[in-house]
Amino acid sequence: MDDIVIEDLSKSYASGWPGRPPFVALDGLSLTVERGEIFGFLGPNGAGKTTTLKILMGLVRATGGRALLLGQPAGDVETRRRIGFLPESPYFYDYLTAEEFLRFYGQLAGLGQAVIAQRVTELLILVGLADARARQLRKFSKGMLQRIGLAQALIHDPELVILDEPMTGLDPVGRKQVRDLILSLRDRGKTIFFSTHILHDVEMICDRVGIVIKGRLLASGRVDELVRQDHTQSVEIVCQQIKAEGNAFIHSLATRVWQQGQQCLIVLPSPDAVDAMVGEIRRQGGRLLSVTPHKASLEDLFFQEAAPEASRVQVDNFSGRAL
Amino acid sequence: MGAIGVIALNAFRESLRDKILYNLVLFAGLLIGLSVLLADLTITEHHKMIADMGLAAINLIGVIIAIFIGISLVNKEIERRTIYTIMARPISRTYFILGKYCGLVLTLFVNVSIMLAVFLLTLWLYHVPIAPSLFQAVQLIFVEILVVTAIALFFSTFSSSTLSAILTLGIYVIGHLTADVRSMASNSESSAIKAMVGAFYYLCPNLEMLNIKGQAAVGILVAPEYLMLASLYGLVYAGVLLSGACLVFQQRDF
Repeated sequence: MDDIVIEDLSKSYASGWPGRPPFVALDGLSLTVERGEIFGFLGPNGAGKTTTLKILMGLVRATGGRALLLGQPAGDVETRRRIGFLPESPYFYDYLTAEEFLRFYGQLAGLGQAVIAQRVTELLILVGLADARARQLRKFSKGMLQRIGLAQALIHDPELVILDEPMTGLDPVGRKQVRDLILSLRDRGKTIFFSTHILHDVEMICDRVGIVIKGRLLASGRVDELVRQDHTQSVEIVCQQIKAEGNAFIHSLATRVWQQGQQCLIVLPSPDAVDAMVGEIRRQGGRLLSVTPHKASLEDLFFQEAAPEASRVQVDNFSGRAL
Repeated sequence: MGAIGVIALNAFRESLRDKILYNLVLFAGLLIGLSVLLADLTITEHHKMIADMGLAAINLIGVIIAIFIGISLVNKEIERRTIYTIMARPISRTYFILGKYCGLVLTLFVNVSIMLAVFLLTLWLYHVPIAPSLFQAVQLIFVEILVVTAIALFFSTFSSSTLSAILTLGIYVIGHLTADVRSMASNSESSAIKAMVGAFYYLCPNLEMLNIKGQAAVGILVAPEYLMLASLYGLVYAGVLLSGACLVFQQRDF
């Protein structure tokens, strides 16, 4: 059973000037999100992620294709009772207190007063804002706003949760809290569809991933399937009591050599050269501390699949891991 | 409580927590106080002067609030992106527009009521007789405010706050000059200009129809039929504009 079905979705915006071609935000995007899974929608800034999410929520009309949420056309008012949504960098009514804010969204969702009171308390504890219950949102930090935004998306206990860049603006602790929250939602049978440009978040928690570049889906599937074993692997060797500097053999095999005092880090491009390198270290009287193979990451996959496109769409916007 | 009520009450709460609104109410009080000062400077008709200034102040402040909050009602939600989470709820766009309108109308009702109370207090303090005609005038002032709010909201659904303010102010001014517009049309020799100006006359609201302040200040009552007809005219006009606002808003991308 698929909770989200997107088929050949396209969206273009008129340029506003006669004779100039329209801006194509989405170009025949198709994907499905299965019930109960965490789906990461990955792409650089300007790839079409937010446009896709806006179409799903009925905020923007598609110019072509179709999208179904929980079996109903995107934008269907009644279906929204079963969907929670957190927009990117959310702005809220900052004159409301945290409690008033959640009450307001509970009322909009059509919940009764008793249910709202219970849910407000539960959610404020869940997102770690119980102490800020009576504080106006204008006094909230960016991270607190992101968390209260998550709480509003969950106030009506939705089946499907759609989050646009939920980790943006959060510190490492906040990001871990959000990741844990998403995982706990999945454990309760919810479907989570979230967009991000932070590869690390996707690798850590997503069941499946879709990579979108310039409005088109470049790859989709399980993270472990996408990051296949036959992809290039690097190996990190850490050793002691060896002077790598000036050793032509070591430098000829390694892609990177980093000497720090007695300790030396050697990075090999593939496992093939491990035996030769370990032999050389022993010959030089060095002491082997560790040999760590590194699997190809989603980031490697991303650059492999999207390098030509990505170079034109500001890959440098990617963050979350040093290149 | 329905979705319209929830949105309306929230819009009302926003207005109450907006300090500008309190300043305007204070300003109304000062303006009414000023009317008393001016009345002291006049030798005759000081009763009329106080009533005139009071009604004009209520009208002016009401219209200023209607325009300057009305133009940002929808536009601000889109610019600040607060609309994203609202529209993600099971609420139709029509309900959202109606909720925002009702919220501002509630704010204006409270404001006009406070201003009326201050006005009546002023009259009582200066021993000016409180004529029933003053209540008729305030009723039509409120209807005019409903129309102006609907105009501002209509423009707010598709244009920027600045443009909406200019357009609403323009319509407000023209709305008080419709008699001149009509005479211009009848004096013109060109049938095309006649038709154009005539169409303009029927398109713009006849706000002068809702202005009985002059006669109310001297205690002259209008016929109940006129009061009802003028109120109905204003409400229908506001209703048509609200329907237009809903239609435009249905088509918008956010």
